Order: sequence, then structure tokens, then C-alpha cells
Amino acid sequence: MSDAAPGPNSRRKSKFTPRQAATGGARTSAMIASLDAEGRQTVAAPFGQALCDLAATRDDIVGLTADLSKYTDLHVFAKAYPERFYQMGMAEQVMISAAAGLAREGFTPFATTYAVFASRRAYDFIFMAIAEENLPVRIVCALPGLTTGYGPSHQATEDLAIFRGMPNLTIVDPCCATDITQATRAIADHPGPVYMRLLRGQVPDVLSEYGYRFRLDRAQMIRDGADVLFISTGFMTMRTLDAATALEADGIDCAVLHVPVIKPLDIQTIRAEAARAGRLVVTAENHSITGGLGEAVAADLLRAGLHPAFRSIALPDEFLDAGALPTLHDQYGLSVASITARVRSWL
Amino acid sequence: MDLQTGASGSNVSLARRAWAIRRNALRMGEVQGQGYIGQALGVADVLAVTHFHALSYRAQEPGWEGRDRFYLSIGHYAIALYAALIEAGVLPEDEIATYGMDDSRLPMSGMAAYTPGMEITGGSLGHGLGIAVGAALGLKRKANPAFVYNMLSDGELGEGATWEAVMSAAQWQLDNLIAVVDFNNQQADGPTLDALATGDEAPKWRAFGWHAQEVDGNDLGALVAAFDAARALPDPCPRVILCKTKMCKGIPFLEEREITHFIRVEADEWALALEILDAERPQ
Repeated sequence: MSDAAPGPNSRRKSKFTPRQAATGGARTSAMIASLDAEGRQTVAAPFGQALCDLAATRDDIVGLTADLSKYTDLHVFAKAYPERFYQMGMAEQVMISAAAGLAREGFTPFATTYAVFASRRAYDFIFMAIAEENLPVRIVCALPGLTTGYGPSHQATEDLAIFRGMPNLTIVDPCCATDITQATRAIADHPGPVYMRLLRGQVPDVLSEYGYRFRLDRAQMIRDGADVLFISTGFMTMRTLDAATALEADGIDCAVLHVPVIKPLDIQTIRAEAARAGRLVVTAENHSITGGLGEAVAADLLRAGLHPAFRSIALPDEFLDAGALPTLHDQYGLSVASITARVRSWL
Repeated sequence: MDLQTGASGSNVSLARRAWAIRRNALRMGEVQGQGYIGQALGVADVLAVTHFHALSYRAQEPGWEGRDRFYLSIGHYAIALYAALIEAGVLPEDEIATYGMDDSRLPMSGMAAYTPGMEITGGSLGHGLGIAVGAALGLKRKANPAFVYNMLSDGELGEGATWEAVMSAAQWQLDNLIAVVDFNNQQADGPTLDALATGDEAPKWRAFGWHAQEVDGNDLGALVAAFDAARALPDPCPRVILCKTKMCKGIPFLEEREITHFIRVEADEWALALEILDAERPQ
């Protein structure tokens, strides 16, 4: 009997170490795919609703899933437009290939699964059948990064790293319900392939109060500040906004630049903001430290001759633990408390 | 049996078409001094029947909406499909001299963006049948009565993705999908039967809900009958034609050579092969 050794970067305890039930207040990983609304307004299934709204005026829109319609909010579309919905079964490769075939025949397919399966199982099919021919297939994936406590089988902590190397592919990582609704509309009109990370179920709404409008070609300043520039993507913009509020109490003035499109990256806006003197630049993403937004921004700033003080908030290059999402967000540095503590330590 | 071409009403025999496909392929091989000539010679009879009997298309309008779609999964068979497209008038004959050269429309592995009549980018094996499933679904959505053909290789039957597509096509009752398998029992490292195939493939397809036929892929009469049957079948299921072909068919000294995935042809043998072919030109 061997006690399988965790990798060199793992923080996991040995499986042979007995544990005891907690006496109270323990958090659970039983909810597979919900992000804590943290007191915010939520919107139900914003992607599914937006897709239905689009489909009402566009006959070319079809939906495919690999047995995960209920878990990607595509069931809303399936119910409204059953004749335009393709249940492809637990078969991601043929789902992606068939989406390519439907696109070849003039349709605009939205194909859904989990981010782990699209990026790890279907990569070659997305690369060759869709991206190489620049076909307008939209691949919309739930459970991006660390949004489930089920462990590495479900945690797509490296999907951005995998997909950033794919030519022609546009990569979108929306923050909230408003972002998802507007991004769904925007990508429907995009001429090439798109990979979009999805928050599903009851999705918090954040950006509507800032008068935000999603654009495929622009990173956008959500709030300005003189001491710290957060450059964040996905739901981490929600966290950096909260961190900015918390840091105000310490007299730390934080700007938040939301980058919903990882590729192509809006380097003009990023360079312009990073070039402003006197600010600590902090990238923040729901993704591994390897190959995501932080590295993309760092490389571009270096190429542009810009070298501000620079830090990154991201997941470690590890197989992450199972557990309750709030616990894991604390443990791996994505929580507001963790962000604020680290920013204070860096200043 | 009338082996004249059906779709175009031409009075050129299918034997002559197959001969011309072999000849075009040999001329391309001669340009590069290499190429997948064994596969091209082996599959020439199948392509004669697809492109000069079974498929509807317009040579001068490759994107015609009413065309039957022809998806070549096997990118390295491009030399064979180019040969057929040249004979069909989709590609001009004088581009044979550009095969595999810089800036050519005829790259060594088939890609949709390069070549009229090459509908998908093949080469990463096990992709074509899944794309064909989507196209067949799309044609049904549009009430377009065209067929989708996917030509794949026996080696591709080892790819799990092929079987995802096999299951999916049956699930969706895609009676507008015809898979054409070139079973030449040869893949990169040796005989397909020594890898993942059993040699008794038709029962597998039938068990998955397909109408399956096994034919001698170098017998034009048998091929015509099989394609006619596949098209006429009223059953709501996808169809497969498993074509047993002989590598290098038509050039005896190559047929007798040790058969491998990539047939070695010496520099002076291309002209010799063409000479042999020219001496046996059918009417």
C-alpha cells in the first residue's frame, strides 16, 4: 500500500490522516456551481435568457450541449426552442465537431459544457474543426477556474492558458449577470469562434450600477484611483471592486480596470492605465498563475517598455483541494479578505 | 451494368475517370518525388464513383447550396481528391505542377482554406465524421435534400471521436449522411488489422444503428451498386460503405512492392508508372 505522494506544490494532507467532523460552522462543497451572491442582487440564468432573447429574432441560432444543459443554463433555451436544441450526449468531441458542421451550413451554434471538458477533451476539435477555419461557433462553459469545490476534475484552473495559444479564438471572461447578458449578444455577432467562461444559476449583478456596457474590443475602467490599479477579469472584478471599497478605509485609493476579453487583449487601454505614475499594478484572475491574464499583461507591459510595480493575484500552479468554495477562495487567495491583506502588504 | 457517370450525364466511362484520377495523382507525385501515391491509386475507383456517379455538384460553383457535401477526413489523401477535382474540372490541370510547392492551392495535406472542392480541413484524424453529423443536421434544418459524404480511413476507426459520431448520427437518424471508409489495411505503423480493427467492421456499424455495406473498393460495378443502394435506402438511418481497396492498385510493380503507409517510389519510377498506365488507357 502506498500513500500516493502529492505533487511538489500540493498542500494536501495524506489520505491516511483521519479527520473529525467539525463541531459547527463548517462549510460544505455540496453546491457544485454557485457563486456566493454576497448580498448582491442576482439574475437567474442570464446566459440562457439572453440566448432566448437573441433566438427570438435570429433563426440561425442553435444550441448544443454534451449532457450539461441544466448546468450551463442552456435548458432555458432548450425549453423555449426545442427544435433548435441538440442534446449531443456525453460526447464533447462530436458536439464540437457537429457545431462546426452546423456553422458550415450557415448556423450560429452555441455549444455548452464544463470548461474542463471543452479545454481538455475537445481541444483538438476546437482547434482544427472550428478555429482553423474561423467558424462562428460559440463555446460557452460553466465552472471556469475555481467555481466548484469538486476538485481538479471540475476545476478549470488552466483553461485560459490552454486556449490562449489558439489562433483566431476570442476568449471572454465576464464578471456578472450584466456582463454575461451583454457579452452573449456581442459574441453572437462576432464573425469568428469564441470561448466564453460562464457563471450560471443565480448570478450576482455588479456592473449595472456603474453604467457599464460590454465591448469585445475594450477593457473598461470601472472606478479610478491613485494608489493601486487592479487589472481584473471574470468574477475577480467583483472581488477587486469590493477590495477597493475595503481599502478605502485605510486610505488606499484603488482603480479597477475590468478586462472581460482575455484575447484579443485590449493592450492600448492596459498600457495607458499602467503607464500612469505612482500606482501599484495588481492583476487579478480566477485562473492559475500560469498562462492567464497576469502573464499576458506582464509580457505586454515589458514589450512596451513599461515596468510599474507589479503583482498578480491568481490561483497557484497546483491541483487544488476539494472543499467549500468560500473556504477555497480564502485558501487560494481569491477572497476579498485575502486580496485586501495582500495589497496592504505590498504597499 | 451502365458505368457511365450519372450526375453529369457524361458519356465518359467510370473506368476512364478512375484511370485519369490515377494519372493525375502520379503526375503530382512526380512533381514532389513523393506523396501518398499508394492510397491515391487504391482509392481512385471509389473517387471515380463518388465524383462521377454519386455526387451532385457544379464544377464551376464549388459552393453551390444544392451540392452534395464531400468531407475528406484523411488529409494525406489530398493528392487523390485533387486528382479527382482536376478530372472534374473544379481545379485546372496545369496546377498539377504546383503540388506541394510554396503558394500552391494543392498542399500536401488537405485544407479547406486552400482548395476549391476541399470542404473541410482534414489531417487530424477522427474529425470528419463529427463535422459531417453537424452538416447533416444543418441540411435537415434547412430542408436541403443534399447528402453529406465523409470519406475516412480504416485507421480512423481507432479514434474514439469517430465512434462518438457514429452513435450521434444514428441517434439523429441522419439518412442524409453516407460514410465511405477506405479499408486498405494500412496505417502509419503497419496493418490496421494489427492495431484496433478486427476486419469484420460492418457488424459493428450495424450494431450502432447504421446501414452498412462492404464492397470491393476496386470494383466499379460493385461501388456503383453500393452508392445507389445507400442513396435509395428509405430507412431513417445513416449509411456506411466499407470499401476494401488495394494500395497502389493499377501499377503492378508498385502493387508488388512491400506495402507501407508511405510507399517509396524511386525518381525514375514515376515515369515508368505513367508509361504503364498510359498503355492501359480505357475508353
